[in-house]
Amino acid sequence: MAAKIPKKGGVFIQMEDEIASMASIIGAAWTGARAMTATSGPGFSLMMENIGFAVMTETPCVVVNVQRGGPSTGQPTMGAQGDMMQVRFGSHGDIAIIALCPANVQEMYELTAKAFNLADQYRVPVFLMADEIVGHMREKIIIPDSMAKTPRKALTKGSLPFKPDADLIPGFPQFGKGYGVHVTGLTHDERGYPSATNPQLHEALVRRLVDKIESASHAIADFDIINPDAEQVFIAYGAPVRTVQQVMHDRSDKNIGFLRLRTVWPFPEYALAEFKNVKRFLMPELNLGQMAREVERHVRVPVVSIQKLGGDLHTPAELVAELEAH
Amino acid sequence: MSYEDWYRQDRLPHIYCAGCGNGTIINCTLAAIEQMGWKKDDTVFVSGIGCSSRAPGYIVTDSLHTTHGRAIAFATGVKMANKDLNVVVFTGDGDLAAIGGNHFIHACRRNIDLTVVCMNNQIYGMTGGQGSPTTPLGCLSTTTPTGCVETPFDLCELAIAAGANYVSRWTSYHVKELEKAVKVGLETPGFSFIEALVQCPTAFGRRNKFRQVADHVEYLRSHSLLKVKRDRLIEAGEPVPDDMFVVGELARRKRPALGVKP
Repeated sequence: MAAKIPKKGGVFIQMEDEIASMASIIGAAWTGARAMTATSGPGFSLMMENIGFAVMTETPCVVVNVQRGGPSTGQPTMGAQGDMMQVRFGSHGDIAIIALCPANVQEMYELTAKAFNLADQYRVPVFLMADEIVGHMREKIIIPDSMAKTPRKALTKGSLPFKPDADLIPGFPQFGKGYGVHVTGLTHDERGYPSATNPQLHEALVRRLVDKIESASHAIADFDIINPDAEQVFIAYGAPVRTVQQVMHDRSDKNIGFLRLRTVWPFPEYALAEFKNVKRFLMPELNLGQMAREVERHVRVPVVSIQKLGGDLHTPAELVAELEAH
Repeated sequence: MSYEDWYRQDRLPHIYCAGCGNGTIINCTLAAIEQMGWKKDDTVFVSGIGCSSRAPGYIVTDSLHTTHGRAIAFATGVKMANKDLNVVVFTGDGDLAAIGGNHFIHACRRNIDLTVVCMNNQIYGMTGGQGSPTTPLGCLSTTTPTGCVETPFDLCELAIAAGANYVSRWTSYHVKELEKAVKVGLETPGFSFIEALVQCPTAFGRRNKFRQVADHVEYLRSHSLLKVKRDRLIEAGEPVPDDMFVVGELARRKRPALGVKP
């Protein structure tokens, strides 16, 4: 990116740490720029405070987290999906964000563009939750001639800068355009002014910040449903998608279904109801069942969490064994 | 037009304590900006957390009140994304030198075209009067109840060593000098750092035998040693009093800078 972005008229800067990287993309976003940063593991933990600032101030920005084995320094170059709960709940306070998970290089490309569109539309940090396996992968990709770009809805002059429209999202008052907007991480009123001791105002603000994402779950969702009549249904996101695809390729069995998620947060729980005959969900994840727990909240059938740590993908044989064990 | 037109009238009254020195520093900064002829639409104020960091909220321009210690990192993003904007950072000693110390030295090293005005009250004023990295030896705070035993930072020496193009120190007593220093800082391409020592009657003064606000301001005045006088003492081989702090223009140079308006 350091080599390519300046050639496209953009700006690249290497900050001193991930705290500063997250801060600088928020600053850049307020000038109207589309801004992103990328990290892995510990750097993502360092970004958490400023991610909360971006949520509170409704700053559109994109963060790529190529997940590695944790906790701590863990396995710097081995794949994992251990940050799926951190991305959702890692920053303090009640927040809502959008997280996308690519399973191949083509999706790494397409979901990055989609992340910017979602960030601009919903004024929220959007996360590309890749993993080391996809991150280090080399594959053929098709680069389209053009991609749709969602514009950032500008604030109508004379309107209050943090007064939401019907979609719960306020127009964006870009710096340098004469809005004279005050942006603060403190609880603020619709003028953007701090008002941190008013309980009703705080509750209304935080509920709106969460509702604007949760209520748009259908619009944000991106998933595939394969064999909806199946009794055994895999659910996967990120690199484990590839193992499930191999199993389904090897066994053309209509009784094996697949919910393949690209949007993981907000979690599209209504997609689970599409599998009318399901007897059990099987969830291969490169963690100790972080998203399996989310699925369990929404279904009455068993959820088999197929957990793997250490950096290797599940083998097709491991998934087949789980299929046949039940 | 006067610098008073830069204030948000609908945000008054402000939160500063009676006798606080921060208002003086904000006035001096806005007066300097007014002299520069900067437009409100082209000027952005950025701050972190603390008393000093509430300043942008009272100013009519676009402003970004961010997280503790990170103001300079946010400001770097604003400036790099739009070099046409004039970006000024308000910060304090805790915000800048403790939690934000790393961003401070790296911004000096990059020599990014920002002006940083530090209201140094030598204590954490907003959070209960804890000692900060600039609390002088022996001074009382809630975390140094028997007197500070840690040697304080010299923020200006830090900025000079790290590479800032312009560095100046004054106090809330020296309003004319301070206003002029801020103006030179605004004019200078690259990183400009202006430290303003301020009285804090609530958290610092009342614990350190400054019964009246004026006593503390008088202390700042009488313990200021002009840089030219300090240099003369050194030249004559005489000792520099260690209970005084050097004021004046401490660095002005033309190192390569980042983010300068083309």
